[in-house]
Amino acid sequence: MTEDAGLSSLSLERAEAIVACYPERRSALIPLCHLAQSEHGYLTAASMEDIAKLVGCSPAEVRGTASFYDMLHLEPVGRYVFAVCTNIACMLAGAYEVLSYAEQRLGIRVGQTTQDEMFTLEEAECLAGCDKAVCVQVNHRFFGPIDGDAFDRLVDDLAAGRLAETVPPHGVLNRVSRAVVLPAKAAREAKAAEAGAGGGAS
Amino acid sequence: MITEHPRIVTSRLEYDDSYTLARFLATGGYDGLRKALSMTPEQVFEEVNVASLLGRGGAGFPAGRKWSMRRPADTTYLVINGDESEPATFKDHMLIERDPHQIIEGTIIAAYAVGAAAAFIFCRGEFALGYERLLQACNEAYEGGALGADILGSGFSLDLVIHPGAGAYICGDETGLLESLEGKRGFPRIKPPYFPAVIGLYGEPTIVNNVETMSNLPWIVLNGGAAFTALGQGSSAGTRLFALSGHVERPGWYEVEMSKTTFRDLIYDRSLGGGVRGGRALKAFIPGGASAPWFFPEHLDIGLDQDAVGKAGSMLGSGSIVVMDETSCPVRAAWRITRFFARESCGQCTPCREGSGWAEKILRRIEDGFGREEDLDLLMDLCDNIAPGLGWPPKQTTICPLGPSIPSPITSGITRFRDEYLLHVKEGGCPMPPDEVQRG
Repeated sequence: MTEDAGLSSLSLERAEAIVACYPERRSALIPLCHLAQSEHGYLTAASMEDIAKLVGCSPAEVRGTASFYDMLHLEPVGRYVFAVCTNIACMLAGAYEVLSYAEQRLGIRVGQTTQDEMFTLEEAECLAGCDKAVCVQVNHRFFGPIDGDAFDRLVDDLAAGRLAETVPPHGVLNRVSRAVVLPAKAAREAKAAEAGAGGGAS
Repeated sequence: MITEHPRIVTSRLEYDDSYTLARFLATGGYDGLRKALSMTPEQVFEEVNVASLLGRGGAGFPAGRKWSMRRPADTTYLVINGDESEPATFKDHMLIERDPHQIIEGTIIAAYAVGAAAAFIFCRGEFALGYERLLQACNEAYEGGALGADILGSGFSLDLVIHPGAGAYICGDETGLLESLEGKRGFPRIKPPYFPAVIGLYGEPTIVNNVETMSNLPWIVLNGGAAFTALGQGSSAGTRLFALSGHVERPGWYEVEMSKTTFRDLIYDRSLGGGVRGGRALKAFIPGGASAPWFFPEHLDIGLDQDAVGKAGSMLGSGSIVVMDETSCPVRAAWRITRFFARESCGQCTPCREGSGWAEKILRRIEDGFGREEDLDLLMDLCDNIAPGLGWPPKQTTICPLGPSIPSPITSGITRFRDEYLLHVKEGGCPMPPDEVQRG
């Protein structure tokens, strides 16, 4: 996991399939950032260069766009990123107390990563899990309601690998991929080409 | 009043496997699409118009009218907004995770009605499981012939792309969303042009609709627009999905008939919210997302009706209700919501970027016991600079509605609970400490 590691050949292949789904290449920028994060857990400088080539912009534009979005990390993070929601509904259920408990339990402050690179702690905005306040995400998988005890169990389960099925390593957004490119568009283009060829012959 | 009504968008949710194709097909899935394809696009359009389906995203603009505004062009795009991020709103999240096929079916119907050849569902990035389920459902729809070329033998063709967001509240604004979908920062676009229906994605006419709006379409096509308007009252037709959270016994999502059901029903009825937690007294509630001015006990008997709530000085907005009991601190609540706006402001417009940050700092110092009496007037003045006149609906000094949303929790609290704000100043701290959390 180094700064000079870009997209693997497998990811480059998947990247081309993603780009093909959009009318303009640039639209694939964010999906490709997710793809790059699934390899390295964050956006390495080399993968941002790869993305720039794929979508046809400069690496600085990739970085400038990515830095706007909370889910895209420009620095390494732990294998598991805790996002504790502290917005209004969770705050009313004691989210700040859970957050300070999490700091104490992990021995880090919000925004930091544990020395063994296992856990990163973040304070999140509303995650749309308010019926299960206090709501916590680990690598964008939902857990709640979370109190001190539940947080302890979550840390223990993650450390022991008991949640490996539910929670993939940080950066892996989707384990299901699109199976087709754009069949309707392909059929339309084939038809147009046929009509064009027919027109030329007559 | 709690009424008997058909469950329009939550009909499958009693099943654990509600998100699977098998369950969808066993419960009438894609019947609405079949029927729509047997009609002309104009007929489908007309049914939705008759239904007077209000957009379920937050602005409440009639879906049919939005569709009718599109500029005639060779290429029309349909974009479904599933970037649900308004604080305390979690109904689209649930629909995406629990019934993705229903959203896709509604999307195909809408695309047919507006003549779109390409559609995108913009799924909030943080909904990883929901995103996976939408991808799976999309693959299955293609495989079953409900997407792609010549859908179900009708001659209509459509490609659908499930697009992930990456964490930015501002992308819920439709022009911010389109910028994000074009691979850029989610900066809302300067108006005019006012409507993406005229100039949208890549400059082409684009219809942007919400996830819940799409989820209503299969039922409307199958049962007719008139059956939809038979539910609810006036312009608030049909049922609507509400997200209830905060200090209630039974937080959760509830589909209820619009207008006839009141806030009191939703919060207190045993089949719904079940009352304020621990039998405590109600202090205030937010009627339609964090951007909405607060309501108080005297507003409980207002119906869940877009016009009635608007007339009372707030909005039904994104359909999320947050209950605050008597132990809640109005300063802390306003501070947290303001902190959200400050973090999520895209930074383009000065009143929003600077106003949110300064308001957060002033609220924080009041909460921490370092406030001054004149801070209350300072906050009101600051809010007046963001939305001059402090009326409702707010005047706009910014490109998008995020800015004018900032004053709502601040002015609501200061107007109603001035004495509690002053108590913070006098006592040098918060007189209402938060609940202690259970320590492991």
